[in-house]
Amino acid sequence: MAKNTRTILICSGKGGVGKTTLTANLGIALANSGSSTAVLDADFGLRNLDLLLGLENRIIYTAQDVLDKNCRLDQALVRHKQEPNLALLPAGDPRMLDWMKPDDMKRISALLSEKFDYVLVDCPAGVEDGFKNALAACNEAIVVTNPELSAVRDADRVVGILNTCDIKPIQLVVNRVRPKMMANQEMLTIEDVTSILSLPLLGIVLEDEQVIISTNRGEPLTLSGKKSPASKCYLNVSQRLAGADVPIIDPNKESKSLKDKFMNLMQTKIF
Amino acid sequence: MTLRDLINKLLGRETASANTARERLQLVLAHDRVDMSTLTTDLLDKMRREILDVVAKYVEIDFDEVAVSLETEDRMTALVANLPIKRTISGEIKLKDNNKKTSK
Repeated sequence: MAKNTRTILICSGKGGVGKTTLTANLGIALANSGSSTAVLDADFGLRNLDLLLGLENRIIYTAQDVLDKNCRLDQALVRHKQEPNLALLPAGDPRMLDWMKPDDMKRISALLSEKFDYVLVDCPAGVEDGFKNALAACNEAIVVTNPELSAVRDADRVVGILNTCDIKPIQLVVNRVRPKMMANQEMLTIEDVTSILSLPLLGIVLEDEQVIISTNRGEPLTLSGKKSPASKCYLNVSQRLAGADVPIIDPNKESKSLKDKFMNLMQTKIF
Repeated sequence: MTLRDLINKLLGRETASANTARERLQLVLAHDRVDMSTLTTDLLDKMRREILDVVAKYVEIDFDEVAVSLETEDRMTALVANLPIKRTISGEIKLKDNNKKTSK
């Protein structure tokens, strides 16, 4: 009961920046490191977390059924077969869209915090009701963004709202980083994004084809133990989230061709 | 300016798109962050008058010089009021000089 559960909102404002992928990979990585972890899909209109985890065929009940007393919590939780420390709970069913209220989400998160060390809440896109519901359940937040205009702008809106709530810390993950484009100055740098949003950087995730492949299979990268660039990043983020004193992956070191080195040289400030 | 920017400039080429992105983003965010849709000019004016009424109970203000505005810096929007005080109501002249302004 007296567990210090960390209930973490994973949000972005804009859709398609990688919230769900981050939730799935962090969930697996944290569970793998020995922490009991629940991932709550708060996007019940368009839920996808089950698909990324390969659990889409095993959902029977949702959090709504638990609150409605149609089933017990452990009946609704879907345990991951390869990673039994991880459980998925879908918040609800798309057909019952107007049912959930912030208070319901609070009750669910209270139930989950009795059982788990970490609860990761995959937030729906947007800054409307779905976001506010998910927000009510959490006490800290990870804002995911891409190094591009629209994603950063929307993240800024979300940060503005989070700042008015009792949510701490709010940390940033910059997803889909392309070191080559950054070196060529054809993409906003990590420093640009962190300074504009004025958030502490939890980590970065490199652009990686393996992410699509792992989604196709329903096996998050952190599950397979493959050493792909994004997989390394997700592990790094999970370690830093858990409080380990490891440095953030440096995108410049990840691109080592001669041309990149030349481009880095060209970036040198001369005046 | 970076080495690359200099070369681009010398060759008359376009600057790198990241610079454009940074500038556009800073502009749009400066606009987004001040969401004054909730505080219309009417409301601001009403608030200004009420603040003045309260202050005027205690000190005599130079109404011609009063300035109330909203200023935004980083993530903080502040209500800045500049109310030059002529004297306190008790009659004792505290400040005659209009240049001496008390800001809060």
